[in-house]
Amino acid sequence: MISERMVESVVGLFLIAAMGAMLVLAFKVSGLTSFFKPEGYMVTAQFDDIGQLKTRAAVKIGGVTVGEVAGIKLDPVTFKAVVKIQINSRVKDIPVDSTATILTAGLLGDNYIEITPMYSSEFLKEGSEITETHSAMILERLIGQFMYKVGGGSNSDSSTPSNNANAEPKKEGVTQ
Amino acid sequence: MMSYVQSLGSWGLATLRDYGRAGILLSRVVFAVPNVRKGFPLVLQQVYAEGVQSLLIIVVSSLFIGMVVALQGYHTLAKFGASQELGPLVALSVARELGPVVTALLFAGRAGSALTAEIGLMKATDQLSSMEMMAVDPMRKVIAPRLWGGFISMPLLTMIFNAVAIYGAYLVGVKWLGLDAGAFWSNMQASVEFHSDIVNGLLKSLVFGFVVTWIAVYQGYDAVPTSAGIAKSTTRSVVYSSLAVLGLDFVLTAMMIGGW
Repeated sequence: MISERMVESVVGLFLIAAMGAMLVLAFKVSGLTSFFKPEGYMVTAQFDDIGQLKTRAAVKIGGVTVGEVAGIKLDPVTFKAVVKIQINSRVKDIPVDSTATILTAGLLGDNYIEITPMYSSEFLKEGSEITETHSAMILERLIGQFMYKVGGGSNSDSSTPSNNANAEPKKEGVTQ
Repeated sequence: MMSYVQSLGSWGLATLRDYGRAGILLSRVVFAVPNVRKGFPLVLQQVYAEGVQSLLIIVVSSLFIGMVVALQGYHTLAKFGASQELGPLVALSVARELGPVVTALLFAGRAGSALTAEIGLMKATDQLSSMEMMAVDPMRKVIAPRLWGGFISMPLLTMIFNAVAIYGAYLVGVKWLGLDAGAFWSNMQASVEFHSDIVNGLLKSLVFGFVVTWIAVYQGYDAVPTSAGIAKSTTRSVVYSSLAVLGLDFVLTAMMIGGW
């Protein structure tokens, strides 16, 4: 039988080991930097189409992460996606006429928002809106447009005679 | 024909009675007024017996599980040219599923069976009833410390399991298979989230620890006081708690999956 003192100290070591493991999980594995929301300011941007953008997606300027997507909702009137963006408070002085673009990391990666700064001397602040936005590139739509163009080019050649053919009976109809 | 129906009915009643007794046992432990000064050393003793002494099997098995997940994952991911994603693969599967579930299964085998056998033997050798005769409440002296000890130990063991398993994956992925250490950790940090992945995994382990020790303690307390009865109870304790862990894991995952 081990003494009470021994048991207490071993249990203490066990608790310390578990807490150490928890710290490793928190900071090394999940990359938690603070238990509280990082300080920053919210701006909004309206997009026609956000593709696969999710909350907590990165917001970057020149490839450097400066914030994250805090929320996405649909404007009930214009049917545009309203994206709330949280920008770290240490990134100040983003010109108000900057553009926000939804890009994809790699070929199959996650979507993120890239902010391209412009030249206005007014800066984004809490609650302001980025008006210049570019929607996400959606691969299917791109392919669709390409097919339409390729197919459309040959179609327009073949469709002109058929249009004429359609038009001719009409004319006939009119003349009769 | 009627006798079959009758036996079904008696089986149903016996099962319900079982659940009821387990519930009464639990409520007598949970709703008892705690005596911190006397109870704390007893709980500490049980954290030692159930937690610290399970540490070896937990650490060794988690190291090997992390290593084998990394090895399997690497070969599959390499086929798609995505071996950089090994860190997220291992960390998410360990933190969400493998950590809580495997720890609970090992805990049921290592600590749960010991609890059942110990309490069953106490009952068989009339230690529990002699405690009652000395006006010592066996609930307080024997049952409650074991229940709280298991309840405290399980999440702590899961934390250690998770960290060691990820270290095992690091050993295989980075040190052996030659992935870039920076990409391993930064990809992991980018896709693992503290609240929805790690805290939810620990919540699972809290529930599992509670269920496993409850089943173990109840099976011991309810054992038929013979050597065959104790053997049966110990087997039942391990089987029931493993089934409960796997079943509850599905339910809990289904409840948590909205956040992922």
